[in-house]
Amino acid sequence: MALAENTGKGRRTAPLAPWIRGTAKTIGSIAVTMLGLLFVTFVIGRVMPIDPVLAIVGERASQSTYQQVYEQLGLDKPLIFQFGYYLWDVLHGDFGMSLLNARPVSEDIARVFPATLELATLGTIMGVALGVPLGVVAAVRRGSWIDQLARVVALVGYSMPIFWLGLMGLLVFYGVLGWVGGPGRLDIFYQDIVPTRTGMILIDSAIAGDWSVFKNAFSHLILPASILGYYSLAYISRMTRSFMLEQLSAEYITTARVKGMSEWLVIWRHAFRNIRVQLITVIALSYANLLEGSVLTEIIFSWPGIGSYITTALLSADMNAVLGGTVTVGLIFVLLNVFSDLLYRVFDPRAK
Amino acid sequence: MTTETSEGLRAWLLTETPHSRWQARMGSFYQGWLTLRGNPMAMFGIAILVLLLLLAAFAPLIAPHDPFAQDLSNRLKPLGTAGHMLGTDSLGRDILSRLIHGSRITLYIVALVALIAPIAGLLVGTVSGYLGGWVDLVLMRVTDIFLAFPRLVLALAFVAALGAGIENAVLAISLTAWPPYARIARAETLTIRNSDYISAVRLQGAGPLRIITKHIWPLCISSLIVRVTLDMAGIILAAAGLGFLGLGAQPPSPEWGAMISEGRRFILDHWWVATMPGLAIFTVSLAFNLLGDGLRDVLDPKDGSQ
Repeated sequence: MALAENTGKGRRTAPLAPWIRGTAKTIGSIAVTMLGLLFVTFVIGRVMPIDPVLAIVGERASQSTYQQVYEQLGLDKPLIFQFGYYLWDVLHGDFGMSLLNARPVSEDIARVFPATLELATLGTIMGVALGVPLGVVAAVRRGSWIDQLARVVALVGYSMPIFWLGLMGLLVFYGVLGWVGGPGRLDIFYQDIVPTRTGMILIDSAIAGDWSVFKNAFSHLILPASILGYYSLAYISRMTRSFMLEQLSAEYITTARVKGMSEWLVIWRHAFRNIRVQLITVIALSYANLLEGSVLTEIIFSWPGIGSYITTALLSADMNAVLGGTVTVGLIFVLLNVFSDLLYRVFDPRAK
Repeated sequence: MTTETSEGLRAWLLTETPHSRWQARMGSFYQGWLTLRGNPMAMFGIAILVLLLLLAAFAPLIAPHDPFAQDLSNRLKPLGTAGHMLGTDSLGRDILSRLIHGSRITLYIVALVALIAPIAGLLVGTVSGYLGGWVDLVLMRVTDIFLAFPRLVLALAFVAALGAGIENAVLAISLTAWPPYARIARAETLTIRNSDYISAVRLQGAGPLRIITKHIWPLCISSLIVRVTLDMAGIILAAAGLGFLGLGAQPPSPEWGAMISEGRRFILDHWWVATMPGLAIFTVSLAFNLLGDGLRDVLDPKDGSQ
């Protein structure tokens, strides 16, 4: 690879030791971050104005039943022990029972998460497919109308409330024009036809070969995914533009041009090649942000994903569900961050 | 002001040999203002924000109706109805009046978060950067943990723990907003810490407290201000999001996000109820973004080209 040529002789002789140390450090920092994350959710759970015992036994339980459950939950132990129990449970994938439907929270999360994943993935694909070319062109044709357009697109994206944009989208494309399916993942006639394999309906229906379900699912997915995609586009195009500008002002670009290389090659083979790592980092971050941004979008589109799940649980004071959902989203967030960090370390020789 | 005194003031501001610290500081503000004035988009943002401030300050005088007054015989009237320029909502309340009064809530939230988060970040960042060692290690780990959380979800969990309401929404947003400020302040502190003038002050016998508050804070302020202005839009959107979810300001408060949530039920038949508050949120956060971009060009010229 081109990157390998950049690393000097000295590095090639002992490339492994610093890498291992770096990896160990990364793993250590993930562990500490995760521990902190769990500690914060634990504290939030403790300061909740909801009595977890009352929530289980009900208000008319006798004092002895109350006491029994109180001890069962370990609430009579010191806080540090309670945190230990909580850690133990979470490490075993146990977030407790949902108070609302008396099922394990982890099962609920496994059921709703694919819906969010489907939405955020399609959104990111749209954002990347449009945002990267837009950013590159905006940087190359700096000051042109297309640069102005990219600027406006980004500004509007940074300023518009996502839930409002979703509502407006529903109003125009569903209510007025009738181009897309309404809220929800499928029309009622199409529900429960395709067996659940991945939980992502587009993939499930494609596996089952049921294209009418696929079409219907797509008509429901396209609007919320476009809304999320727009936010991703705003961010990615802006970052691409600034990365490209930085490269295009570098001396090696001038050299390539002086050598008489075509502008196309200069841009794509030289400048763009050097921003790939930065770009992947940005895309990973934007993906993480979409998972979070989907909270409000899911509410608008009645999308049964993790955002809807957390919010519904919140409004009905189902604390185990809220904390379980928060930890899950936090964990994915951390992992995506680590992933982009790692990419940097592996592919960018300067970071070593 | 007559032309003569304004000329005199201009000369006083632009002099190359200021006689006092005050004059020098005012002069540099004036220079910044001159640059900002040349940026039409930033000026447009300022104009909107000034308008917003005036609206909020004189809300009872400007609003044509009481924002809480219900009139059930006049519910869901469309735009342009006589006496209700932006129509009425499901309880017959005048939307324009509610928007005008809602500007107070928006400004209140933004002002509080914009005070709490940067100050907390400044404290943590400068102490961490100046003292170094294990203090730095611990504080930065804590910062990283908060950065690792998705912001909206963390705010949701906090509001769940604290209970819904404006003050708790402010707290929750601040708790999720301070870590970037701490990072910036720490980075600035690290570059300042080893400079000669800090050593000089230290040799004169100044303690860490004095050095941090008198000599490091002032230098961190400008980058924090840029960041705050750019963050304002995000704060408004977060507050509106919490309001929309029913976790921020409670009804009948005319908070813009909560208004959208109310209007959501009639979106297909009575679109203006949810559309108007959304436009208000969009306009204000756009104004903050435009101003933030302009300020960055003035205060932080090295990023100006991006």
